Amino acid sequence: MRVPLDSARRRAPEGHCDGFSRAQAIRRVLAGKPPVAREWDPRMPIPAGAGIDRRRFLAGAVGGLVTVYGAGRLGLTDRMLGDGIAKAATLQPPGSPILVSLFMQGGVDGLSLLAPAGDPLYQQLRPTLAVAPGSGTPLQEDPSLTWHPSASSFAQLHNAGKVTLFPAVGYTDPDMSHFTSRHYWEVGATDASLLTGWMGRYLDVAGDAANPFQGLSMDGQINPTLATAKNPTAAIDQPNSFAVYLNGVWGDAAEWALDSAASLGDAQRRSRDPAIAQVAGAASEVGVVRRTLQPFRTSTGSGANPGTNANPGAAYGSSVTYPNASTGDLPARLAGLAAMIAAGVPLRCVALTTDTQFDTHSGQAPTFDSGVRLVADSLAAFQADLEARGVDGRVLVHVWSEFGRRAQENGSDGTDHGAAGASLLIGSRVNGGMIGEFAPLNELDVNGNQRENADFRGLFCSLLEQWFGQDAADVIPGAGSFPRYQLLA
Amino acid sequence: MIGAAPHDDHGEPLDPINTWGEDHCWWLDRMVRSDQPLIERMTLVWHSWFATSEEASNARLMIKQNWMMRRHALGNFRQLLLDVTVDPAMLLWLNGNTNYKDSPNENYGREMLELFALGADRGYDQHDVHQNSRALTGWTNDWDEQRGPVNFRFEPSLHDYGVKRIFGHRGRFDWRDSCRLAVAHPDHPSFFVGKLWGYFVGAELPRTTAHALQRTYVRSGYEIRPLVEAILRHPLFYEGSRLVTPPVVWTAGLLRGSRQTITTTSWSWIAQLTGQVLFQPPNVSGWNYAQWLDTSRWAGRLEAVNVALQNHVLKGKTYPFGLRENAKQAYQHAIDFWGGRPLSGQAQDNLFVLGRRIARGQTEQWQQVPFRQLRQNALRVLIPMTPDWMTA
Repeated sequence: MRVPLDSARRRAPEGHCDGFSRAQAIRRVLAGKPPVAREWDPRMPIPAGAGIDRRRFLAGAVGGLVTVYGAGRLGLTDRMLGDGIAKAATLQPPGSPILVSLFMQGGVDGLSLLAPAGDPLYQQLRPTLAVAPGSGTPLQEDPSLTWHPSASSFAQLHNAGKVTLFPAVGYTDPDMSHFTSRHYWEVGATDASLLTGWMGRYLDVAGDAANPFQGLSMDGQINPTLATAKNPTAAIDQPNSFAVYLNGVWGDAAEWALDSAASLGDAQRRSRDPAIAQVAGAASEVGVVRRTLQPFRTSTGSGANPGTNANPGAAYGSSVTYPNASTGDLPARLAGLAAMIAAGVPLRCVALTTDTQFDTHSGQAPTFDSGVRLVADSLAAFQADLEARGVDGRVLVHVWSEFGRRAQENGSDGTDHGAAGASLLIGSRVNGGMIGEFAPLNELDVNGNQRENADFRGLFCSLLEQWFGQDAADVIPGAGSFPRYQLLA
Repeated sequence: MIGAAPHDDHGEPLDPINTWGEDHCWWLDRMVRSDQPLIERMTLVWHSWFATSEEASNARLMIKQNWMMRRHALGNFRQLLLDVTVDPAMLLWLNGNTNYKDSPNENYGREMLELFALGADRGYDQHDVHQNSRALTGWTNDWDEQRGPVNFRFEPSLHDYGVKRIFGHRGRFDWRDSCRLAVAHPDHPSFFVGKLWGYFVGAELPRTTAHALQRTYVRSGYEIRPLVEAILRHPLFYEGSRLVTPPVVWTAGLLRGSRQTITTTSWSWIAQLTGQVLFQPPNVSGWNYAQWLDTSRWAGRLEAVNVALQNHVLKGKTYPFGLRENAKQAYQHAIDFWGGRPLSGQAQDNLFVLGRRIARGQTEQWQQVPFRQLRQNALRVLIPMTPDWMTA
């Protein structure tokens, strides 16, 4: 039959999207820009913790912000002695392990991150995007593979034994929708209807009914991986920008008013009426978060825009230099995280999302280069910061993306949605090896994508068992059916 | 509509179609100023029920859809479903405009049964979804470089005129038949009554009430008004467990209670913080009415109160209620500011304690006025943040 010629233009062609995320939308709105139209995928699952996205703590955006705390002039060590942290820190044993999940949103191109630069087939599939042989650091285990030049910090960390690499992780019957695939990773199962995140379920099993910091989103909104069914979690942007204020109230009166709201929350959070309990629970948790982060608040209280800061770590007393934050606030968020860990904030699972969208359907090179460089350099600084603070043994970072990208580049100097992608584990206690192998380009799947040779659910099970000492069967559906990988040294 | 017309921060009229975020403010203004608040509330119910996002279309088509839903707010559900099915924003949202004879798209055909009329896996299967989608074929539109999607129409050459079999009925069905069959399905009244009840009442729907409501609905020929009236008259609406008030309804309540209108477009980003942006539901199943609050959305609502108080915090050299005001009187003045709605004893006592504590904080004679201002401002901020005020 005849389809009108313009019909294709009404909907974006399959596999194409405008690169849009929820976190990005909020940041754009707060910057006064309209959000970009988002790909609509009819099979899009409801995100874990649905309806609890789009949050952000703001201070000073409206009315006058009154400075209450002059803590900025105090040294970091003194500030760390704040009552709030000391109280919260008793909620979990000192030195407990912390897992940090960093989501490179949009589907980062694994075939650029780690490229078979000398392979003629690769050069043929990627006529404009191929990494040139000799342009980056060769992979220690297999010199036919080259780290992308922008990922040189990853190469250095890997050579120092601090990165375990999964070159091709995914799942069978890969779904090429951002929303669906991302949801699978977030909930730790290929189940569109699951509404709790995989780390959230771990916190429900092993966490605490009084500690919202056990599941901390640092995206300014709850990260779906941390959606719990019962235990509290928290969302902030950066620890020094977390502030709740009352218009026209300052000084001690502001403190008393916020304490009053929290105490009413404490009194009513066990209400038999579920609606009352929901509001009261939030008020009560805000009280804990506010008190605990109070020592981090700068003298401006509004979290001065770190984008202008040449070394975002300075605001948190870091002794290492983080990347210039002009392209995003990831370095500042990681610097704030390192400071919270060192201060003893009772963290267990932390989730962050990159500002950069790696959904590079067109003009891939500049986005990939600057985005990967920012992530790699920021994580290298974070690792060095943790080492300098003497807490590196407690922290493991998992870097992931919802899928890799099509082996054959498209006609717009970009790549479309793929299947298996790369994942990294970073920390002082990883075994530093490579798990699975590079997925060969002469064995692509029916859609022309790299095939997975490690399963993301097996990776999660291994993390739960080896890092947290938690029986994965209580957290990951069908845990027994997935392989386990040796992650730690 | 009562009160002053809305405007942005510079005193300019809102431009809901061309300026991002002002569509939200435009409808929020109707919720604030309408003298028929139930109509606005029901329009919001239909926006949640048939959750369509402007991300697939544009503000022009969304506002057009909004007027259509307002027209049917308390009207007839079968007619509403017919109009929604061929509404341009919905055709774009669920691919009804690319559902052609030779390449049926099941998106709308499935959601119509699952989310709009019957409920997931209630009285239909994949075969019905496919046949229903065939019946719905034939709608299309053109694309205009300037205006975007235009000229939505039924194009006979794109429609499948063959025989379909839906829920066991056979016929050369089209989109009208599809809507008729869905509403006439024996599992529709129970779905409809249960879902509508859930928007208004926190308590579970008792079985006998459910049966009575279903009879009312079917006998009236799928009229919405008698059902809404029956639900709003039911004792459980007043006595049962409460519901968290949706953010936009609560925000409209702030402005109505304090006798204000829209004077800033800050409400569009406040909506993001509180978790409900009109014309941007998170997905086709609408907002999650069971989970409106947590730490960050609580902070977002606090931000909303701060904005509502933008021109209503007390400052300067005098205190309007006199220096002899005690904590209870201060509380009453703050309650009056928000329109007089009282709080439960526990919340009230909590604010008395706060009022006395702030009064005790005064150590110098010159602090008399500022501390009374501080107390009144603090009470004004905290009243709408109480669990009582945020639930109904």
